Amino acid sequence: MLWHKALPDADLVIRGARVLDPTEGIDGRLDVRIDGGTIADVAEQVDANEHRVVEAHGLVLAPAFVDPHVHLRTPGREDEETVASGTAAAAAGGYCAILAMPNTDPIVDSAATLGALVDAAQREAGVPVGFLAAITRGQRGEELTEMGELAETGAVAFSDDGVPVASAGLMRRALQYASTTDRPLALHCEEPTLSRGGHVHEGRVAAELGFAGYPSVAESAAVERDLALADYEHGRIHVLHLSAAESVHALRRAREAAVGASGEATPHHLVLTDDAVRSLDPNVKMNPPLRAEGDRQALLEAVRDGTIEAIATDHAPHAAHEKEVPFEAAPFGVTGLETAFAALYTHLVEPGLLPLATLLERMSAGPARIFGLDRPRVAAGARANLVLLDLEGEWTVGEQPFRSRSGNSWLLGSTLRGGVRMTLAGGSVVHE
Amino acid sequence: MIRLVKDDLRPPGDPPKRHLLSVGDLTRDDVERLLGTARTFAASLDRHVKKLPTLKGHLVVNLFYESSTRTSASFELAAKRLSADTLTVKSAGSSVDKGESLRDTALTLGAYDPDVIVIRHPQIGAPQLVAEVTDAHVVNAGDGKHQHPTQALLDVYTLQESLNKLDGLHVAIVGDVLHSRVARSLLQTFALVGIRATLVGPPALLPRELPAEATSDIAAIRDADVVYVLRMQSERMEAGANFVPSLREYTARWGITPERLRPGQKVMHPGPMNRGVEIDPRVAESPDSLITKQVRSGLVVRMAVLYDVLTGGPVGVQALTAVEVPDAVA
Repeated sequence: MLWHKALPDADLVIRGARVLDPTEGIDGRLDVRIDGGTIADVAEQVDANEHRVVEAHGLVLAPAFVDPHVHLRTPGREDEETVASGTAAAAAGGYCAILAMPNTDPIVDSAATLGALVDAAQREAGVPVGFLAAITRGQRGEELTEMGELAETGAVAFSDDGVPVASAGLMRRALQYASTTDRPLALHCEEPTLSRGGHVHEGRVAAELGFAGYPSVAESAAVERDLALADYEHGRIHVLHLSAAESVHALRRAREAAVGASGEATPHHLVLTDDAVRSLDPNVKMNPPLRAEGDRQALLEAVRDGTIEAIATDHAPHAAHEKEVPFEAAPFGVTGLETAFAALYTHLVEPGLLPLATLLERMSAGPARIFGLDRPRVAAGARANLVLLDLEGEWTVGEQPFRSRSGNSWLLGSTLRGGVRMTLAGGSVVHE
Repeated sequence: MIRLVKDDLRPPGDPPKRHLLSVGDLTRDDVERLLGTARTFAASLDRHVKKLPTLKGHLVVNLFYESSTRTSASFELAAKRLSADTLTVKSAGSSVDKGESLRDTALTLGAYDPDVIVIRHPQIGAPQLVAEVTDAHVVNAGDGKHQHPTQALLDVYTLQESLNKLDGLHVAIVGDVLHSRVARSLLQTFALVGIRATLVGPPALLPRELPAEATSDIAAIRDADVVYVLRMQSERMEAGANFVPSLREYTARWGITPERLRPGQKVMHPGPMNRGVEIDPRVAESPDSLITKQVRSGLVVRMAVLYDVLTGGPVGVQALTAVEVPDAVA
């Protein structure tokens, strides 16, 4: 279900790193030998044979990251991102797998469009990439796509991300039909009659600045509806980019009641609040919007306790001229692939708000589990999907050009700690 | 809390350029200095020759993306009274019609080295964008529902001149607060000068989280010294949004009529008025109406703002100890 271009298998020894794989229960100073792209040995001291040796003392070696929510803008907006540039950005961010959303132009709602993307990935993708297909034709919320054929062509899951499935009746049918494909529905939960015209979380900041509000209840009402439908149909749903405390509470209750539901949170919702909107910087405009401090705390708590199993960037590249406009005229969305780990390490792990092991799990094993992907792991016999992290490394976002074709990062100019020194994906060195 | 640090990348030492983008950037000292300057200019307008040489050789560009009568007229006249050259660009009939972005229009006008760009725009933050991409001093003449700082300044100037005090006054702001940039700037200005504000209107038109007392009971206006009536901004309301069931019902429940006012209670309105909707014509024309005074104040306050951004201490950053009276005035 993941595709990439032909890449050379790595023969490598990584020596002396702190190897940290929370799911495997490994945390210690170990050497790792990779033979032909596969991890051959994990031990206190391994033979280098003829391999290149990477001295990694002081660095952390962990399972590489999986991003379940990326916009590659291809087909249609190759000026903003391509499969090549988006996967290069992913490699630089420490990712060994990314999943691309289908809200392109045209929408990925047919086997033909999906097949063309799979071909492109086999030519261009520097990191394994998977594709979601639309739930409804043209994401218009009227008719279901041919999910059976799309699943056979390689769709990992189905999503109308970018817009909600407004009709409850159609959502029910989607849950019923998707169950035959064994693929989850990844849901953009938004009640459009409550969010319409809104640019910013409805709260004090919106009231003071004069922005039309996009209230929390516009998300949580839709989350509650879809959880109820998933429960009734015994379906499996994944709630995208959670932003509101009420949504998180609903997801936690549903999971306790054994509803087949998972959720994800983005780095920007975990780090920023709507206070950032006072800058009027279009690079803090996204859907759903940044919310209040209480919402941020609820998201953080849910990431800690596992209610939210995945951290997703919702990497949404936009052309510079489209973002260099007044806030209300700017499109929703920010980039994230190249900054996600450092942002969360700097703002959550270093201040003691989130254990490093939990962050690594939610960026790798968690999303892999939700979408049925092989879990990146540090274990003999596994393909090398590894990231070498320099926790002390300090860098300023935007000083080096982005690998992404777009620079609409909410972190431009910020100094972060936590650099990605090397990424191995699918057995190959894809970034160093 | 984490703050965005875009601006922190600039090397230190460069003094910030003086703009008037939001009342939120002003201090009480700034407001008092501006009102003092406006009073000085008001005295000059009583003379036979009303033109002052103060800003001779300066270029003031008025860039208007929304229709306006009093704001655009008074900014243009204010600049002319101070002997500045003026250039007025309206979106209709300009390259904006051809799809030129605000950024490109600002860069184009910036190439003529204007000293001040006065901008009105339907979108929040447009003046900030112009301030970022040009070297001009930027004055916000209204940006979407965000801010209209010169309106708020002329309103407190009007209150000061008419009632001889600001601190301790109580003003009821009535009507469509949700869509009103005037209300947002007023609340901040009132807080700076010690005026108590009460918001009155239908629930859907009162943002819940504004830092002010709020009620839907129109009887609350009777406690106020001044009733400030806001325009129902039908052009900013989506069809079918149902903020109120009908304008007729709005007028019946929240319209300002002589019967709802105490004798002697002053009434203000930023204009343009919807007579017979939010305000009864008898109220607008009554001796207690300050509406014409507001328009008159607009000229001298905008003269003061132009003078201040070009010559005063940085607005909102450091206050002058005394108003420097131009030669021609003294």
